[in-house]
Amino acid sequence: MSDSLVNLIIILSKIAVVQGVLLTAVAYSVYAERRVSAFIQNRIGPNRVGPAGLLQPIVDAVKLLLKEDIVPANANKFIHSLAPSISIIVSLSTFAVIPFGDTITIGDKVIKLQIADVNIGILYFLAMTSLGVYGVTLSGWSSNNKYSLLGGLRSSAQMISYELSMGLAVLAIILMNGSLELDTIVNSQAGWKWNIILQPVGFIIFLVSAFAETNRTPFDLPEAEQELVGGYHTEYSSMKFALFFLAEYANVIVSSAMITTLYLGGWQFPYLQDFGLPPMLVSILQIFTFTAKVTFLVLFFIWVRWTVPRFRYDQLMNLGWKVMLPLGIANLVVTAIVILFMKS
Amino acid sequence: MLDSYIPIFIIITISALFAIVNVKLSSLLGPSRPSKEKLSTYESGVEPVGTAHDRFSVKFYMVAVLFILFDIEIVFLYPWAVSFLNLDHIKMMYSFYSVIVFIVILLVGYIYVIKKGALKWD
Repeated sequence: MSDSLVNLIIILSKIAVVQGVLLTAVAYSVYAERRVSAFIQNRIGPNRVGPAGLLQPIVDAVKLLLKEDIVPANANKFIHSLAPSISIIVSLSTFAVIPFGDTITIGDKVIKLQIADVNIGILYFLAMTSLGVYGVTLSGWSSNNKYSLLGGLRSSAQMISYELSMGLAVLAIILMNGSLELDTIVNSQAGWKWNIILQPVGFIIFLVSAFAETNRTPFDLPEAEQELVGGYHTEYSSMKFALFFLAEYANVIVSSAMITTLYLGGWQFPYLQDFGLPPMLVSILQIFTFTAKVTFLVLFFIWVRWTVPRFRYDQLMNLGWKVMLPLGIANLVVTAIVILFMKS
Repeated sequence: MLDSYIPIFIIITISALFAIVNVKLSSLLGPSRPSKEKLSTYESGVEPVGTAHDRFSVKFYMVAVLFILFDIEIVFLYPWAVSFLNLDHIKMMYSFYSVIVFIVILLVGYIYVIKKGALKWD
């Protein structure tokens, strides 16, 4: 077999595994959300289908597929089905640049545990999350429904506002590493040199922005049920609705993976290399470490959703523009000053 | 160099296929019993009033314009952030002061926007 064919097979199998795991994780984070919310509210939650309700996501998917696909007569038909596609494409392909392990050696092939090892990983992530705004805005506009329009507008305003502070928080990390490669950033966090310790303010800014970007409570004004029915997906049914739902949870997982990569050391397990374990086991443990950190953050997202009430819209905008933005700039300048002093 | 982007193209293609299949599948598998009432715009059960493609608050437009301004400012900071560590001491100081001047100009605009009440929601 030629070398390029082997490489192509490796790429395809990596994509297949990661996409498979990601979609399963998305389905089960919906299940986790329902179980955790039930636990927090002292209910039981889904427990009928399969052991402890574990087959619930599959049954839900089948149910949604068999529902009637309603497109309102006044809606713009093409954009109406384009919008959920944009949302899901963006959220599924963002994971491509996130390193979920160092390298794994199979035979004499050294495989990088990252789908695409591009040198502008951070820019790719920021670009893709920005594209997510299109799905929400277009769905709000194309439905020709007042609730959808308001939800879409609110959502786009909120997402672009918090993107600024997210970009500023990431800038401080780039300043410390001098690289846009996610791999370099993870490697610099070896041992306990996690960026959460070096960049606590940046971590909080990024975390809050991630909540706002994924439209999760306390920033879920786009779908504020009590006033906007379903927000931007009011007029959606069947699998198109499910695609928005999947995209939301995929965004939660991708954001958690990004927080892990940037601030929690990525796949780094402190001092794992010093234990003298076989390299195969080290690689597998690194993947487990990454998964454990991401799982914790996803549970944190769910936990916050059922604990904190929703913001009012002016409070949300004030927080984004008058607190997060100046804080991000201050964090950037302080980081630059510290680097300047360390170097001289 | 461009080789590293091949996986990204593949993953976007696969995601697009996933999206298209799912959008098509539900209209193929599900029942289709349209009626005039079912296809009308949902407005909490009341007869829809007017159209949704109406004028909306100018505040959203303001936020969008301000976002573009500040986002471009931040994008200008990215090349500086990438090269900052690799500069020698004198150039580092020089670039630092330049960026401070740049941020001060940004802040003047920011304070003007706040004072004008462009970000006031009521």
